[in-house]
Amino acid sequence: MELLPTIWFIAIAVLWTGYLFLEGFDLGVGMLMKIFARNNTERRVLLNTIGPVWDGNEVWLLTAGGATFAAFPFWYASLFSALYLPLLLVLVALIFRAVAFEYRGKVDTDRWRNTWDWAIAVGSFLAAFGVGAALGLTTTGLPLDANGDRDGGPFAWFSWYAVLGGLAVAGFALLHALAFLALKTDGDVRHRARQWFVRLLPVLLLPMAGWAIGVQVLSGESWTLVVLGVAVVAAAAAWAQARKGNEGRAFLAIGVFLLGGSASIFGAVFPVVLPSTIDPAFNLTIANASSSDYTLGLMSIVACVGLPLVIAYQAWTYWVFRRRVSAAHIPEAHSFLPAVAAKALIRKD
Amino acid sequence: MDALEIARWQFGITTVYHFMMVPLTIGLGLVVAVMQTIWHRTGNPAYLRMTKFWGKLFLINFIMGVATGIVQEFQFGMAWSEYSRFVGDVFGAPLALEALLAFFVESTFLGLWIFGWKQLKQGVHLACLWIAVVGSFFSAYFIIVANSWMQHPVGVTMIDGRPVMTDAWAVFTNNTALVAVPHTLFGALAVAGGFLLGIAWYHLWRRRRDGIDAVGADGKVIAGEAAIPGRDRTDYTVWIKSLRIGAVVAMISFAGTALTGDLQGKLMFEQQPMKMAAAEAACHDGTGFSVLSVGNVGSRNCDDIVALIEVPGILSYLAKGDFTTEVKGVNSLIDQYKADYGTHVPDNPIYGDRAGQEVEYVPVMEVTYWGFRAMIGFGGLAALAALVALWLTRKGTVPESRWLMRLAVFGILAPFGANAAGWIFTEMGRQPFVVAPNPDLNGIDQVFMFTAAAVSPGVSAGEILTSLIVLTLIYAVLLVVEVKLLVKYVRGGVASAMPELVHAPVDENEDATPRDGGPDKPGTPDDVLAFAY
Repeated sequence: MELLPTIWFIAIAVLWTGYLFLEGFDLGVGMLMKIFARNNTERRVLLNTIGPVWDGNEVWLLTAGGATFAAFPFWYASLFSALYLPLLLVLVALIFRAVAFEYRGKVDTDRWRNTWDWAIAVGSFLAAFGVGAALGLTTTGLPLDANGDRDGGPFAWFSWYAVLGGLAVAGFALLHALAFLALKTDGDVRHRARQWFVRLLPVLLLPMAGWAIGVQVLSGESWTLVVLGVAVVAAAAAWAQARKGNEGRAFLAIGVFLLGGSASIFGAVFPVVLPSTIDPAFNLTIANASSSDYTLGLMSIVACVGLPLVIAYQAWTYWVFRRRVSAAHIPEAHSFLPAVAAKALIRKD
Repeated sequence: MDALEIARWQFGITTVYHFMMVPLTIGLGLVVAVMQTIWHRTGNPAYLRMTKFWGKLFLINFIMGVATGIVQEFQFGMAWSEYSRFVGDVFGAPLALEALLAFFVESTFLGLWIFGWKQLKQGVHLACLWIAVVGSFFSAYFIIVANSWMQHPVGVTMIDGRPVMTDAWAVFTNNTALVAVPHTLFGALAVAGGFLLGIAWYHLWRRRRDGIDAVGADGKVIAGEAAIPGRDRTDYTVWIKSLRIGAVVAMISFAGTALTGDLQGKLMFEQQPMKMAAAEAACHDGTGFSVLSVGNVGSRNCDDIVALIEVPGILSYLAKGDFTTEVKGVNSLIDQYKADYGTHVPDNPIYGDRAGQEVEYVPVMEVTYWGFRAMIGFGGLAALAALVALWLTRKGTVPESRWLMRLAVFGILAPFGANAAGWIFTEMGRQPFVVAPNPDLNGIDQVFMFTAAAVSPGVSAGEILTSLIVLTLIYAVLLVVEVKLLVKYVRGGVASAMPELVHAPVDENEDATPRDGGPDKPGTPDDVLAFAY
């Protein structure tokens, strides 16, 4: 067994899980902008719960991508090129979403805000769905030839696991966001988020459960089944805690569900990182897709120092902005006159 | 066009676009951090206003850099999978480290800075900005380490046809990177300098035109005050100080780019002699620097090019530091490259239709020749303009001329142009290689890659064309939006970034909500977020 590639397989699984845990709720909050929030004030409450943190959360995606490139260049190259068009969609979604957060409040008209609200909602959904589809496919397989390149046309990657993975991450993100809002807001938004959470939990987690079970059927082992069982118990606990009004515990339990689900999926596919549906001999594994031990060793040292540091200062950010946000905290829109228009008001001294 | 050419256009367009936002982020970030530090030390309200105003523009621009940066990381795998496989062992590490050690720092601490004006102690809040700014420097360092490895691949051994990292120290202290990093950072500062200068000029001009500021008989400014939020005497101080800071920054950074650029040029004459020969459109060995060469520079045919004005000795100085050493021209280099790296592309399926074709070792000379000159020209022009601006504003304000104001505002574009031209020059000048070979190593170590072999074999031209069109259209629309917002906030002046100047502060006694509450009870608005989306 190769030690360093195994460690890096785990590290990348951790990075993806960290990404889904952190950006999960901010993608979900983005989706809820259109289906949950009732008016502009509520939308701004939603936005401000993730305002200080969403950009830091998104870096987990860049780090997961960069680490895959560095540790498993063949995995990175085959996965990203095979999923060319779906990843383009993810990029477009992430571009619009990021710009929308920053620009939404910069012009004080309903039309302007509405446009960017759609960008946030649709962008968040497509990003979650696309990342989920890519993860679904990397765990269940793509039509790769001996060189690791996609065989077939631009849509040859399609399988129902793409849809399942996409729905799994989008559903999880929505549920996670409801738990997050119940924890981070106050007033009507808080109570409604908790209600929705209790009501929607079974539906929203179903696709992820389906994906995890599918992977178990394809390549599961006994320990990954046990871990999956733990995840299911955690989901039930989250539901019970939310019903009792323990928002913090419900949020935590959802985190455990994600951890268990992702461990059972990544654990089941190990040591394959990207199966080929054409011929198992073309599978990319931790052995044939990884970088040299020298590179992995270097990265291990840096990650051992860097990653705990990242977790520490990101945790501190959540601590600094730990207070609940409510409608009462939202200031009025700031309108100002351009210097040109202000000229008429000038009184000469 | 085939997949390779479309993918190259896409990389070029997305990179040049991304690199419009990046230098402004790096340069303006540093300037704003210095402004906030001065405010922190002196309590001078003008510096608080400067921090808020320039900080606002910084953020409008920052987000575009973030949004377009993700495309950069993804497209190596999407469009250049063979490249990613070839270089992954050594090239992936700086990218991963950039995300882990720089992006996280930058985005997390910037979030703290934006929203934490009241949550954090003043000193801690200021420290957050400095940490974010230093993070952006590190990010520049890591990405340039990655790029420099493509210009000068060091620290590797070829195993099974691929470079494998054997010496990380050599990779991370690549001499190409050590000069390119300061060159790029000075280039970024030049952008910030021009930005400050142009916008501050506009506001000083506006104040004169609106009759707020006047000029006395001795030509000195008499700063006035208007009964409009933010258009008081402090406002005058904001703009004149911003203008001077901008001008000084522009001049220092030009000097910095010139010095580091000279070092970089000398390295490049050793590491990629063909790039530099093509930058000069120098066909024959010689010592002269071409001020103007005409003819069909783009034809790559040396016989078509005539150097009209040439200064003897200068090329030797640029390359070697003396005035007499002969510098090799394109013609003698072609023979050397052919001998070292072959006359034809290998007959290997990864080259697609290009397999077995003759290699064109001369980069497109029109681009290298004019790119090199545009970089230096725009940079120098901006520095000269900054000097003139300092002279013209020596008595405290700008002239009334509308044309000069327009010139100052459009001058903002010059350093952007210099940055873009520099990158286009150095990347196009490396062709036909995506990883340039190392002539300075003993013998030929085979660590090089033709661009033709780098593109994703499994991706169709149609897919790449789709993304090229989609991304270009989106980038165009977003550029319009960004510029419109920047213009709106610039015209609004300091008041656009400081609601407290416009809206009267809330009377604390009328505030019905409890002052201090547990997590369940809302506090005053300021307690939760100092800034709200």
